[in-house]
Amino acid sequence: MFSNNRLTNILIPVISVVLGLLSGAIIMLIFGYNPISGYAALWNGAFGDAYFFGETIVKVTPYILSGLAVAFAFRTGLFNIGVEGQVFVGWLAAVWVGTAMDLPMVIHLPLAILVAALAGGAWGFVPGFLKARFGVHEVIVSIMMNYVALYTCNALIRSVLTDNDDKTEYVNDSASLASTWLSDLTGFSRLHFGFIIAIIGAIIMWFILEKTVKGYELRAVGYNPHASKYAGMNVNRNIILSFIISGGFAGVAGAMEGLGTFQYMSVNNAFTNIGFDGIAVALLGGNAALGTVLAAFLFGTLKVGALNMSSSGVPQELVDIVVALIILFVASGYIIRWALSRFKKEEK
Amino acid sequence: MGIIDVLILIVPSAIFFAAPLIFTALGGVFSERSGVVNIGLEGLMVMGAFVGVVVNLTISAPLNEMGDFWASLTPWISTLVAMIVAAIFSVIHAIASVTFRADQVVSGVAINFLALGIGLFLIEEWYGKGQTDMVNQPFYSVQIPGLYDIPVIGPMFFDGYITSYIAILLAFVVWYVIYKTPFGLRLRSVGEHPMAADTNGINVSKMRYTGVILSGAFAGIGGSVFALTFTQNFSHATIAGQGFMALAAMIFGKWHPLGAMGAALFFGFAQSLSLTGSSIPLLQDIPSVFLMIAPYVLTILALAGFIGRAEAPKAIGTPYIKGSR
Repeated sequence: MFSNNRLTNILIPVISVVLGLLSGAIIMLIFGYNPISGYAALWNGAFGDAYFFGETIVKVTPYILSGLAVAFAFRTGLFNIGVEGQVFVGWLAAVWVGTAMDLPMVIHLPLAILVAALAGGAWGFVPGFLKARFGVHEVIVSIMMNYVALYTCNALIRSVLTDNDDKTEYVNDSASLASTWLSDLTGFSRLHFGFIIAIIGAIIMWFILEKTVKGYELRAVGYNPHASKYAGMNVNRNIILSFIISGGFAGVAGAMEGLGTFQYMSVNNAFTNIGFDGIAVALLGGNAALGTVLAAFLFGTLKVGALNMSSSGVPQELVDIVVALIILFVASGYIIRWALSRFKKEEK
Repeated sequence: MGIIDVLILIVPSAIFFAAPLIFTALGGVFSERSGVVNIGLEGLMVMGAFVGVVVNLTISAPLNEMGDFWASLTPWISTLVAMIVAAIFSVIHAIASVTFRADQVVSGVAINFLALGIGLFLIEEWYGKGQTDMVNQPFYSVQIPGLYDIPVIGPMFFDGYITSYIAILLAFVVWYVIYKTPFGLRLRSVGEHPMAADTNGINVSKMRYTGVILSGAFAGIGGSVFALTFTQNFSHATIAGQGFMALAAMIFGKWHPLGAMGAALFFGFAQSLSLTGSSIPLLQDIPSVFLMIAPYVLTILALAGFIGRAEAPKAIGTPYIKGSR
């Protein structure tokens, strides 16, 4: 119906972001704030000095991976709203390996990350399997699995990893992603090597989906399960596989927090929102690897910068509204396409 | 402790926990029966809770001066306003998913973010802090005169909140509306086969708007009732997953009002078990984590085993484009 070329696909998220930020400015005007100083405070809070920049990257790192997790499932036509729970189990698994073992770093660190990915993958297996085998809606099962993860992790921290404590030990140095060099470089922020792993994750996702036969199958199942079945693909197995890989990405996102940012895991009363924000990241990024990285960068910037907005008097929650509006605009891509096509016609 | 005592402990709190879920799940039935996925129930509940608490805080003092009768009306008026505001707020979801043909799941996710953002922004703006004060006029439990005096059944069922009885009654009303009235037939037909409905002169968009707006109204009641009975204030954690639980209850109940009510009561029962379990002889030796995760695990098992494939309305999630096949 409308031109579906590459340019439009890139324009929609960009226009959405601009519209979202503009709406934020209008809201600030309505409530009597100066939008320019508001956004300036946000910018300074994210990039103002080395420390803020470091913290922004710290925030972006798990967002990239949780965004990849959501995006990967979306590409196979599945909605993994259980990334939140998969992040939790990945976090716990990484900290468990990190604290309980004593190994040389070349083995320990990769092992901790791998176990986190496996734990997240195992958590993702459940909704995938139930969807493939019994046709149970994956959204409901993954929502339930989030709560199971939250309470189980808390119980394990209290009763197994510690003796009734609210917080685990710090992970051993040999399993830590932290670096004094990076920290010194960025004014003693919590910046760690995780961002490299996140970028590698994005490359892996791009490679699997675009360059392997399996990735082609996964995408085909996402486009049209009936045609894929007719072409001889095992749709059910691909559904399960997609959920496992998606959960794996989420597990690694948890490992970034457990081995990098915090180096421990504490008892959580509520969700961390890394997984739920991952949904926003994936949607804005168009479920593609590069897009997800860019979207994670944008949302990480907004979230960290928001902490500084109160210096100009604007409540930091404004950023949540802006993020929500951006997603709403991206979702309403149809109307933007329509407007763009009208605009083009008038040019002719 | 006999079985009767255990039931007297569990049943009232099960109904108590279930009420907000019933309201919200009934809203979900309206929206999804019309063919619009509503994962934004959580956000609509947040909006209801926010408005309910803010209105309650604002009007309780002036109403208090007007006398006891008016003071006791405070939570009801708050909930009514919450219902209206959440219904208006849900129009955003309707516009996005019906008129703009947005992905309905995505739009619902945006609703969830948006409601929480708006709520917390305005709380910060109006009260200068992250959460509100406690409300002065929450819902209070009542012992129904006469009925409460019946042995066993009385303390089990008639020592509770009026809102819970309204919720259960409403489930039957919604059942009647959806299955026994022309409006309900039209709503369902639009969700099953919009083209056929359109051919018969039913305005598909109008029906879907109605479905979504009704879901906003019901979820608004659910959120306000939840906030004014449980948390009694509004913060970022007031509504923490209740909307998703209501969504699960609706699917668990196979998109049927009475099924949704049953599922919500089941969730309420499981939740009350996890809280009262420590004082029940058989359960008190089980580590509390198993009771905590029981509602969720049971739901998964039930979905996989007992009720089998859930049959969603056929046209759910797909925008209706006139003239397309």
